[in-house]
Amino acid sequence: MKAKKSEVLKTLQNLGKTIYGQLLAGEFPWVEMPSRSTRNIRYDRELRQYVLGDKRIRRVSRNIRHIRPFTQLIWLADVAHQLIEMGKTSTLRDIYYMAQAYDVDFSDQSESDDIITDLETLISYAREDFNIFPEERSAIYGDLTIEYTVPRYEGKRINLTIHPDGVMIGPALATSDFIDTSADIVLCIEKGAMFTRLIEEEAYKKFNAILIHTAGQPPRATRHLIRRLNEELNLPVYIFCDADPWGMHIAQVIISGSANAAHLKELTTPDAKWAGVWASDIIEFKLPSERLNELDLKRLKELERDPRYAEGIWQREIHVFNRIQKKAEQEAFSRYGLTKIVDDYLPKRLDEMKSY
Amino acid sequence: MSREVFYEISPADFFYRNKDIAGFSNPARAIYSTIRELIENSLDASELYGYPPDIYVRVTADSGLSTTENINVYTIRVGDNGSGVPARHIPSAFGQVFYGSKYKLRQSRGTFGLGGTMAILYGQITTNSPVKVISSTGDRAIHEYELMIDIQRNRPIVLKHKSYKNEDGWHGTVIEVKIEGDYPRAMPKIIEYLKQTAIVAPYANLTFVDPKGRLYRFERVTEEMPKPPTETKPHPYGSDVESIKRMIAVTPCKDMLSFMTTHFHKVGRITAEKFLAFAGISPKKRPKSLTNNDIVELVKAMKEYDGFRSPSADCLSPLGENLLKAGILKELNPEFVSVRQRSPSVYSGYPFIVEVAIAYGGGIPKTGDILLYRFANRIPLLYDEASDVSWKVVHQLINWKHYNVDVQTMPIAVFTHICSTKIPYRSVGKEFIADIPEIEREILAGLRDVARELSSYLTRRRAIEMEKKRIDVFERFLPKIAKFSTELAKEKQVPDVKPLLKKVVKYGAEEIDESQEK
Repeated sequence: MKAKKSEVLKTLQNLGKTIYGQLLAGEFPWVEMPSRSTRNIRYDRELRQYVLGDKRIRRVSRNIRHIRPFTQLIWLADVAHQLIEMGKTSTLRDIYYMAQAYDVDFSDQSESDDIITDLETLISYAREDFNIFPEERSAIYGDLTIEYTVPRYEGKRINLTIHPDGVMIGPALATSDFIDTSADIVLCIEKGAMFTRLIEEEAYKKFNAILIHTAGQPPRATRHLIRRLNEELNLPVYIFCDADPWGMHIAQVIISGSANAAHLKELTTPDAKWAGVWASDIIEFKLPSERLNELDLKRLKELERDPRYAEGIWQREIHVFNRIQKKAEQEAFSRYGLTKIVDDYLPKRLDEMKSY
Repeated sequence: MSREVFYEISPADFFYRNKDIAGFSNPARAIYSTIRELIENSLDASELYGYPPDIYVRVTADSGLSTTENINVYTIRVGDNGSGVPARHIPSAFGQVFYGSKYKLRQSRGTFGLGGTMAILYGQITTNSPVKVISSTGDRAIHEYELMIDIQRNRPIVLKHKSYKNEDGWHGTVIEVKIEGDYPRAMPKIIEYLKQTAIVAPYANLTFVDPKGRLYRFERVTEEMPKPPTETKPHPYGSDVESIKRMIAVTPCKDMLSFMTTHFHKVGRITAEKFLAFAGISPKKRPKSLTNNDIVELVKAMKEYDGFRSPSADCLSPLGENLLKAGILKELNPEFVSVRQRSPSVYSGYPFIVEVAIAYGGGIPKTGDILLYRFANRIPLLYDEASDVSWKVVHQLINWKHYNVDVQTMPIAVFTHICSTKIPYRSVGKEFIADIPEIEREILAGLRDVARELSSYLTRRRAIEMEKKRIDVFERFLPKIAKFSTELAKEKQVPDVKPLLKKVVKYGAEEIDESQEK
């Protein structure tokens, strides 16, 4: 982790040097970066994620419309540099407010989020790499020993079974090093209630799993962590969410990323598997279900045409959704008692997945 | 009313019975009208003789006479440095309706010789007090009169007459009347009237002390005065049966040809001959031999004949572009003002001149609408704005959007001044002008002219503002870029961005240098 931080530091400093040099040369400072416009986003089948195309854009401080965002970008780079140097972190919201102290105010948070994405694109590092995190947090539980790299905790180790509610995936955890684990798999769960149930039922022991609560669409720090678990520890990843187009897409984003993060790599886990709840499970397990509403159907239509859904299980399940026009939540299994999911469904499914 | 009734009662009696139409409909309106009429007489008296007016107005409340809460007896004293009234004319000038020097064709503020006397009449009716008049023409004596009007007979009653030695050669007139009025309610209009008068008479000193002892002073900014009007004879277009009858009664002319050339404006021998031929009247006919019917036919022919030359505007006394501008600048201090005087024009045989102005920003308040200041023969018109021809032009005929004007958000004032030997008021109260097509056309043309100037001013101003904003943006952010990048690059010396700032300035390069020095 540390090596990476010093790379980021160097990149940021180089950006400063470039701008500084341009000013010394009597030039209006400018930067160039890949365009993030939708026309420049394409799906890379090899990488199995969205990537940016070759189109590049220039931000030139000579342009009256560019100069404010340009200043904000350089300010942000300066802030990021300081954050890393001081070993501190900040949040998206925090950045929005911080700007006001430097008289480079953003008109709203979406504007400041945008500049953060600009910096990511410009230096090709994710915001987590320059210590800026979103507000929403997901959680992790399981037999995994980590070592912190953040100041004051540096070198300190904990095992992630330490707290019965799981451990929050914040900046400190996201940047920690993995020391040791006895787990065989990673199980990502969309809903908090289900995550808690699996801890209570000691499912992590039964399946020998590290549990991750994604809390809906997982934040990027969590996606990055999932990738690292997969890559560094060689653990297969299974994703378990609601049986509806939205749940299906949570799995998809963990596997192949989002268009919004097309400028970033290392957020995807291409080998992760969508383990349920499938549309076909609604039939097979006779799950209590609701009709797909208009929004669901519209989303389903979009996903049907999405290149990430072009093959295999995705097309099959979209087909089933279309046929039965029904959806079900993870909790639907409770109809068959509290332990049905742990005793019956999951073992069966995970077994199936091995041969997938 | 028919003419016969008009003559059966005395004019004083008539106006007593119809005080509403002369602007004395209620106590508030009465005190306003009284002050106004007296000030206008004073202005006329000073201007006509070329003295820059010095007018002093004082209103005091007579204590213990209060009838209801606001209505009170007030003593109104108006003094001027005008020509003064010769002693022998004083009783008639102030104690008789329709007497005075104004019943002629010459632009003056009053039209009927009525206003001042009406105020005296009203005071007499409501307080049964005489009017006090002190006047001198600058000769050896100052005369002081106390007068009342015999309403039935339209005759002055002299109660007191004194004369003093005029040691300093003072000339002017002081009038003091007691009237029942409502000053608190009239106050806003009175102040507004004074202010607008100051706009249209920037060469006058106006001093006003109100019943609470508050002093309002409007000082002159120039001694330059508009050229006084010359008297003219009536133009044939503007004649009517009654006026021709009167002329015939007094004319020394023995034939129609000389009658035409003697009594009418811009009618020479050739014009007279052609016209009489057109009218089928022998040039040799004796004027006094015309029958009623002949006169009616004559007037009809005068209106139909198109060979008369237009009346000359010598009898008019417009304010002039410089003075109007000075008045507006003095009282309202706008950021921009454009003034236009139109060439003389004619309606129904009466010459008139329209002067217009438009002012923007500065001291002009934002009211959500265009502020309209109307003047006629240098009198501000304060009531019934929406019935006035100027209102129609401003609000119905001009599309302000064409001139980059946003009526609702911009502080804009429009000024219209119409001078004529006969202002086509719609009422005796002299508050709003009828929409005579000729006048409407002139106002419209004039306003379009000044509006175009405003429009190009606004465009220029916007461009400068935009440029300023643009430079501000660079001034704000470039130094920051320099600072942040210096920090980020771990350098010590912050690069100088001044050369870059110079490059972004398109025009107004001085401006940026100035702001940097601050």
